[in-house]
Amino acid sequence: MELYVVQFLTGLANAASLFLVASGLSLIFGVTRIVNFAHGAFYMLGAYIAYSLTIRWQTPLGFWLALLVAATAVAVVGALLEILLLRRIYHAPELLQLLATFGVTLIVEDAVRLLWGPEDLVGPRAAGLSGAVSVLGRPMPVYDFVLILLGPAVLGLLWLLLHRSRWGLLVRAATQDRDMVSALGVNQKWLFTGVFALGVFLAAFGGGLQIPRDAVSHFMDLSIITEVFVVVVIGGLGSIGGAFLAAVIVSELNAFGILILPSISLVLMFLIMAAVLVLRPWGLLGKPLSRARSMATREAAAWKPLSPAGRSAALAATIGALCLPFMLGDYGVGVASEVMIAIIFAISLQFLMSVGGLDSFGHAAALGLGAYGAALSVQHFGVSMEAAIVIGPLVSAAMAVVAGWFCVRLSNIYFAMLTLAYAQIVWSVAFQWVDVTGGDNGIVGVWPSDWASSPAAFYWLTLAAAVAVVALVRHLTFSPFGYALRALRDSPTRSATIGISRQTIQHIAFVISAFLAGLAGVLFAFLKGSVFPDTLSIASSVDGLIMVLLGGFGTVSGSVIGAIVYKVSSIWLMSNTDFPRLILGSLIALLVVAFPQGIVGTLQIWMMRSRLFAGRPQEGTARLAETGGLS
Amino acid sequence: MTALLEVRNLSKSYQGVKAVQGVSLQVAPGELLAMIGPNGAGKSSCFNMLSGQIRPDSGRIHINGSETTGLSPERIFRLGVGRTFQVAETCLSMTVRENVQLALQSWSTGLLTLRAFTGRLDRNFRPQADALLALIGLDDEADRSCRELPYGDIKRLELAIALAGDPKLLLMDEPAAGMAMKERILLMQLTSRIARERQLAVLFTEHDMDIVFEHADRVIVLNRGQLIAEGSPQSVRADPAVQAVYLGSGALYAQGH
Repeated sequence: MELYVVQFLTGLANAASLFLVASGLSLIFGVTRIVNFAHGAFYMLGAYIAYSLTIRWQTPLGFWLALLVAATAVAVVGALLEILLLRRIYHAPELLQLLATFGVTLIVEDAVRLLWGPEDLVGPRAAGLSGAVSVLGRPMPVYDFVLILLGPAVLGLLWLLLHRSRWGLLVRAATQDRDMVSALGVNQKWLFTGVFALGVFLAAFGGGLQIPRDAVSHFMDLSIITEVFVVVVIGGLGSIGGAFLAAVIVSELNAFGILILPSISLVLMFLIMAAVLVLRPWGLLGKPLSRARSMATREAAAWKPLSPAGRSAALAATIGALCLPFMLGDYGVGVASEVMIAIIFAISLQFLMSVGGLDSFGHAAALGLGAYGAALSVQHFGVSMEAAIVIGPLVSAAMAVVAGWFCVRLSNIYFAMLTLAYAQIVWSVAFQWVDVTGGDNGIVGVWPSDWASSPAAFYWLTLAAAVAVVALVRHLTFSPFGYALRALRDSPTRSATIGISRQTIQHIAFVISAFLAGLAGVLFAFLKGSVFPDTLSIASSVDGLIMVLLGGFGTVSGSVIGAIVYKVSSIWLMSNTDFPRLILGSLIALLVVAFPQGIVGTLQIWMMRSRLFAGRPQEGTARLAETGGLS
Repeated sequence: MTALLEVRNLSKSYQGVKAVQGVSLQVAPGELLAMIGPNGAGKSSCFNMLSGQIRPDSGRIHINGSETTGLSPERIFRLGVGRTFQVAETCLSMTVRENVQLALQSWSTGLLTLRAFTGRLDRNFRPQADALLALIGLDDEADRSCRELPYGDIKRLELAIALAGDPKLLLMDEPAAGMAMKERILLMQLTSRIARERQLAVLFTEHDMDIVFEHADRVIVLNRGQLIAEGSPQSVRADPAVQAVYLGSGALYAQGH
């Protein structure tokens, strides 16, 4: 009994930091509609700066001052980021902002490594609060009690700020309808900057709060961001009270999950999140989101099947790719195989996102299930590579039949979050069901058949698969089914009145996409000879998003270019520079600003612009204005 | 006269607000029935119940002999109902022709057959789509992206899409809203001509009374969710209850003096 009480109190203390970070994310999302992936990075940065300050100022006042100074400093960084980077891309497709903030996360990760070194740092205890009190005979740190009180205190302060100040009124108004707020003459720019800075402040402060409880490390950002997404979704996007409630629920779930159901403790959190999304998509205390009216369009031009010139170019590129093994060494051919697999993964996601308008944040599930499906059937049933290539995608598709049934009942950001939960559930199972999946040790010994065992032969296999998948996806895009899928994205209302049933069509697209991503997963498993839970991680889903967005998700197959550019540069940077994330992150941020419609999408706009000066002014202008190319 | 659309006692409330209360109406084949009324009278709610976007609380809807109360928009489409919207709903990322081709494909084969996956949409139903576009005078714009069209043309395109399902009943919510005067008249003339030629039942709403009195065979008037008058354009125009709704302030003005 005593154990449970103490565990409950510890859970409450954990909730404080989680709530601060989550409320910041929720505020930012509510007003700017940015899913700020960098929120975890700001949390980590806050912790590192606060660490450096607290070891210098070891007085009771000094500790809290250090936290405030650190959080303010990070908030300034956040505001600068908003002004310099995000402001330029508010009119770009919404997901691009997610990509930009992911770039920032990479930059911060390496910056922290550069400034503080790679080791975990153990900070001092909070001066004056380092003792423990006895609760039912068990010791509880005094600091935990401070945290238990701090959470509600911050909640109260935020409530006062939002409900008793003019600025707060504007923030609440913008959360409901930001277009209306700007129509009323409120300077939206500074409102956005202010909200962003406040949100970042809360994240950084939350990071500082963790110093006396936990070591400061490089993994803080990704571990917190996952939990924070869960909290924000359960509580309701944009709801501060919801963030508090959900932070408590999630923290208690973690505290007791480890005690009562250790083997499924990881899955539990995501199962709850999935259940909330299915039963009450807008969260416990949230309200259904009003759709932003200024929806950025996705296409630079009406999609057309390849022209004869385009076909010749694609053929030439394929022939060029066929010749690669004669020009590259074994290492280069290995990289090329990885690029081909990335193309399959990216194009499968692009089909879902560009054609279907279904932005999946959990496409890693489809990739990883293919990989695990193949690896497990090789390990347990000794099947051949040829059989595994069929089995893997089928496993992925079969799981997508089940998960997709739930996912397609939601739309927009809620769909994205449910797919994220799906991927995390699968990841947790792979990670914790050690008997079957090997857990963190993965499954090894997944080697290709003899005929495909040389690097060149395996590369040709991946190339053939990539060409087939890209051709198939292009074909499907222009098939009646593809048009029906696109019609649902363009206008659900019109689609229904011409007899297109949304859930059925989207469900099928979800399964097709999972099947193709599963194929990428199988090939990846045989390329590496092994499978690890990493394949299913958020980072892997984000990889897919980056490739699609970088290529241009207003295009049919721009992600082919996106995959090549991203994979080649990230592999090269990882092996040739000391701070690859710093460079890659900066590169992503630059590309996002320079190519707001993705590389291929932006090139298409440039081509149209040149056509505009070549004599079809009216048409070109109309198109450009629509696609935001002139703004 | 057998009615193609038969509505009995239709009601719908939103959180206690009675948007539509006990509305009954019939439309015969070849007949144009105008539904008029001030803003908030319940016209759009009525339309959305007829085409399946929202479920009525009570009442019965029969279309072409079968009961459609509470059916989904997809099912109602299959029973021969075409619909246009107050704010045009088309697929902006597609060309004008593709918008019509998709509706034709959906009507003739559905979109879940094997051929829906193996075929190419832009090669299917081309002559039929061009015929429909010629009918509404958009044949010159067939290859343009829908996004580039002027709004008036998009409204006309909606009519072509609605006709693609070979409908028996057309539901047109403010078909001429947002169009220039000349275009409005042409669109309504075209609609009446098609309705008579193909014996379609047409139910439409419209704010422009000139259009209503010129083109409607019959008029029903809604106010605060209730049907307050029904009859020929002339009789409705002369109805004191209708005048009170439309000229309410005038009546008060007269009393005050």
